Amino acid sequence: MARLAWLIPLFPLVSYGVLAFRGRSLGERAPYVAIGAMALSALVAWAVFLEQALGAEPFVWRAAWAVGGERVITVGYTVDPLSSITVAMITLVGGLIFVYSVGYMHGDPYYARFFAFLSLFCAGMLTMVLANSFLLMLIGWEVIGLCSYLLIGFYFRRRSANMAQMKAFLTTRVGDTLMLIGIMALFWQFGTVDYHAVFESVRKGAKEASAVVRLGPWEVPVVTLTALLVFGGPIGKSGQFPLHVWLPDAMEGPTPVSALIHAATLVAAGVYLVGRAYPLFFFTPHHEALVWVAWVGTLTAVMAALIAVAQDDIKRILAYSTISQLGFMMAGLGVLGYTAGLFHLLTHAFFKALLFLAAGSVIHAVHTNNIKEMGGLWRCMPVTFWTFLAGFLALAGVFPFAGFWSKDEILLEAYHHNPAVYVLLTAAAFLTALYMSRLVAYAFFGRYRGPEHPEPDPWLPEDYERAGLHPPGHGHHHRQPHESPPVMTVPLVVLAFFALVVGFVGVPGTGPDGGSWIHHFLKFEGFEEAGIHAPSFSWPLALRSLAVALAGIGVAWVVYGLRWVRSEQVRAWIGPLYPFLRHRMYIDTVYGWVFVRGGLALATGLRWFDVHVVDGLVNLVGWVTVLLSRLHRLFDTYVVDGLVNLVGWATRGLGSLLRPLQTGRAYNYILVAAAGVAVLVLVSLWRL
Amino acid sequence: MNWADLRWLVPELVLSAAAVLLLVADLFTPAERKRWLGWFAVASVVPAAASAVILLGDLQALRSPGVRIFSDTYTLDAFAVYFKLVALGAVALVSLVSLEYFPGRTPHLGEVFALLLFAGVGLLLMASASDLILLLLSIEFVSLSSYLLAGFLKRDPKSNEAGVKYFLYGAATTGVMAYGFSLLYGLTGSTSLYDIGPRLGQAGPAVYLAVGMALAGFGFKVSMVPFHQWTPDVYEGAPTPITAFLSVGPKAAGFAALVRTLSVGIPLEQVNWPLLLAALSALTMTVGNLLALVQRNLKRMLAYSSIAHAGYVLMALAAWRSPWALQGLLYYLLAYLFMNLGAFFVAMVAADATGSDEIPDHAGLSQRAPWVAAAMAVFMLSLTGIPPTAGFFGKFYLFAAAVDAGLLWLAALAVANSVVSLYYYVGVLRALYLMPPATPGPLPVPAGLRAGLLVALVGTLAAGLYPQPVVLFVETARRLLTG
Repeated sequence: MARLAWLIPLFPLVSYGVLAFRGRSLGERAPYVAIGAMALSALVAWAVFLEQALGAEPFVWRAAWAVGGERVITVGYTVDPLSSITVAMITLVGGLIFVYSVGYMHGDPYYARFFAFLSLFCAGMLTMVLANSFLLMLIGWEVIGLCSYLLIGFYFRRRSANMAQMKAFLTTRVGDTLMLIGIMALFWQFGTVDYHAVFESVRKGAKEASAVVRLGPWEVPVVTLTALLVFGGPIGKSGQFPLHVWLPDAMEGPTPVSALIHAATLVAAGVYLVGRAYPLFFFTPHHEALVWVAWVGTLTAVMAALIAVAQDDIKRILAYSTISQLGFMMAGLGVLGYTAGLFHLLTHAFFKALLFLAAGSVIHAVHTNNIKEMGGLWRCMPVTFWTFLAGFLALAGVFPFAGFWSKDEILLEAYHHNPAVYVLLTAAAFLTALYMSRLVAYAFFGRYRGPEHPEPDPWLPEDYERAGLHPPGHGHHHRQPHESPPVMTVPLVVLAFFALVVGFVGVPGTGPDGGSWIHHFLKFEGFEEAGIHAPSFSWPLALRSLAVALAGIGVAWVVYGLRWVRSEQVRAWIGPLYPFLRHRMYIDTVYGWVFVRGGLALATGLRWFDVHVVDGLVNLVGWVTVLLSRLHRLFDTYVVDGLVNLVGWATRGLGSLLRPLQTGRAYNYILVAAAGVAVLVLVSLWRL
Repeated sequence: MNWADLRWLVPELVLSAAAVLLLVADLFTPAERKRWLGWFAVASVVPAAASAVILLGDLQALRSPGVRIFSDTYTLDAFAVYFKLVALGAVALVSLVSLEYFPGRTPHLGEVFALLLFAGVGLLLMASASDLILLLLSIEFVSLSSYLLAGFLKRDPKSNEAGVKYFLYGAATTGVMAYGFSLLYGLTGSTSLYDIGPRLGQAGPAVYLAVGMALAGFGFKVSMVPFHQWTPDVYEGAPTPITAFLSVGPKAAGFAALVRTLSVGIPLEQVNWPLLLAALSALTMTVGNLLALVQRNLKRMLAYSSIAHAGYVLMALAAWRSPWALQGLLYYLLAYLFMNLGAFFVAMVAADATGSDEIPDHAGLSQRAPWVAAAMAVFMLSLTGIPPTAGFFGKFYLFAAAVDAGLLWLAALAVANSVVSLYYYVGVLRALYLMPPATPGPLPVPAGLRAGLLVALVGTLAAGLYPQPVVLFVETARRLLTG
């Protein structure tokens, strides 16, 4: 089965090709192509995954792509527990989101294009996951970056969407550039970009003293520097501090895009890459690259959770929550919790996709993103409410939902390997439960606070108007919100089911050796070599994290549900902290001033220099030239023109001289050949 | 002589037997069934190619880099097998399209295929010859068959002219080469390349004279400036399938012989032939490209372009010290086989309808035969060297070799030449796609030609998109030749 793994990215790619070229004529039928392709992919992916789960050997297939002397650059794919479980997750979540999109995007004038982009995205993502080398990984990585750009700006007439797509592309580019340098550094050090070969070299190199580079006052081992450069890519793609700013804005894209790309898959690509390249990070001296990963992740987790508490836009809250959870994953990987971080990646994909889709269903019904204009929705949208609740409990980490098991793993690893990280992550877990409960309380409980007659949408694109259509979540409105069609709610129910059960693979005792199955399936070989053992599940710690989650929910319930304490009062207590969080810690503002305005100011300055100094010089030169030209004119007419004519005559003369060389007379040709031999011999004698 | 050694000659023997059988069968075949002879010729390539592949397997089983038989006159190694397969591919594809071209133009159909097979036998021998005598004989063998094929349409004055010119020019340059070979023999007392190398000693004027004269013969085969002048006249006049054959078969075999002669027989340390060939490469690509720019006749344009491509391939010899060089040469010649044959096949499609090879007469082909025009677009882009076609990878290897060997100026010149070449290749596409057809209506494409085009198209794309098999074969061949 593993030999067929190359089919997994191929199906969506073919679907992309069909939709790109025949999409218009397919019209309403476009989604069936995309969904059919995803279903086939999912079939192969699950077969491959089950085969691995039943204990098949990992399989790597390589083809030489270019050979330069002794260096062979290969392309190919690798099937092992990590890649197989990830493609299984992507094809399942992706397929469900495709189905949901049929309902959500229905009536969009660019229906086929949407599914074409989604298909291309899946092809890129699956390629990236299955790749056997940094080269092919990078190709997939760039494809998904491009698709993310295209899909964020899918409503391309909306200015905010244009700005958001640009922001996303440019911000992630910073990280991608660092990663590209890192990959080039790998190629320079090891002469290959093949995962296996690189990791073997790193592992062997770990036993010797490594070369160092001087960076100012610090001496950094080359391998650490390389690992951190490669980590630049994940920082950008997975929205880690300080490159997280693009992700909340990326919510300008259609909600299925937010669910698939900016919650379940693309943003997880960075975490996946750290997991894939784990040896590169692990075998640095004292695991110092992992320490960096852990702290970046922890910082991100806490920061994003804090910001999320003070946001009102339902998708932005979920976006900051995504950033925070990605931080959890990174922190998990960083504190030697290889399995824990990747386990959280898998469970998070299910429940965060669920939350986004359910939020989409809500937006579809109430035509606003602002949770303060919702309320009481549990009554009119029961399926959406109950499924959202499942996602909420999973994210908050409530027993026995998926998030409880995976988040607990991370906290457990942190407790044993890095207590400071443990404390901070516990705080972040408390905040997670808090902001999610706040969201649920505002949106689903209380009284409906939506306007009776919403304002017409100012940006409504003329395409939509002409077609008499309305983009989802905007335009035609109902007095009373109502439940979404089954094509949207069925995927919600399926995802809710997974949000409940997918964590059970992490329950202790499910694996053959008494531990959990996921620990048995996804493990990092380097740990055994280094004598590091995964800490075993401990009930006291698990109960402690459950208590933290329940405390968060309780506090939120007191403030936003029961309103014993009014939120205005809380705001007054915390003073300047509230505006600080509300304005996203002013990070976007600072970037705006420093990079955008700074860049513009630099450009303006350069332009001034250009206009006044360079142009002045040019004009001066112009004046002088005009003067000289006048003088030259006489010279030109009589001397230069004469020369030009002479050249013309000479060329024609030379042409006539050369013409006999190609007249068709064989004896002339032979004469030239004979002369050629003579010249060759003479030249050889003279030069060689 | 050891009779058991004959087994290494099975491909040649199979092809010779097929050719003789075909000649005899021709006598007894009624005119309306002569096409069967063509199919026989195409089919006979299959066992020859299969036996070549089997011999390669035998070589690997022996763990031997190559066997030398008949007192070192004949060498079979992976390098030779590679060129044999290229030559057999050319013979098969050209026979396939000849099936559609020659009926109606000549009654002597059987002889066309017999001559093609004989020329094929010569090509197989050229790829393996490691002795000056066998080298000369095999080159002559290929040449004599080619002269006849070029002048085959004897009622067509242009074909006549092509045959006679080709013969006169070939005779003269081969004579010069034979003189050069005799000097080498005089200097070393041996005709075997394996002996000549070690015995050559310090280079003196006689060595340079010998090398220069030998280059005349090789230069003629591969259309290297200044031995290129026959090319446009012969390419234009010869029947188009034969032109296609001449542009890839003898050219590839000529490069095989040239590589073997120089790398085995003329030690780098004594004669700095890479430098000499760097100059010739620069000259060849520039002259070919500049002259191709002004051509209006498609076959003549392709003739000059084939001179330019000889220049690119010569870069590999100029950069011989780089490990990329031989790889590039081998890969490029395979890519060239597909893309150049394809281009000539397309030329046949339109010429059949309009009776003209002028580029403007191909106008509007995209409307009359859209798939043929699309294939031509692929061939032209590949000849220019645009990814993801085979031509791109070929050029990439060659340029990389030049850079690797420190010949930056040559690589830069080759890039400049490639840019220039875009002009005339795109000119063809302009006619095909942007100019309206003189006569509307779909253009019939005969089955054999369609098959040939398809193989060329698939080859051009496959070698670019999935180069692994070629790359690995090429790598093996390189290791075996250079040790």
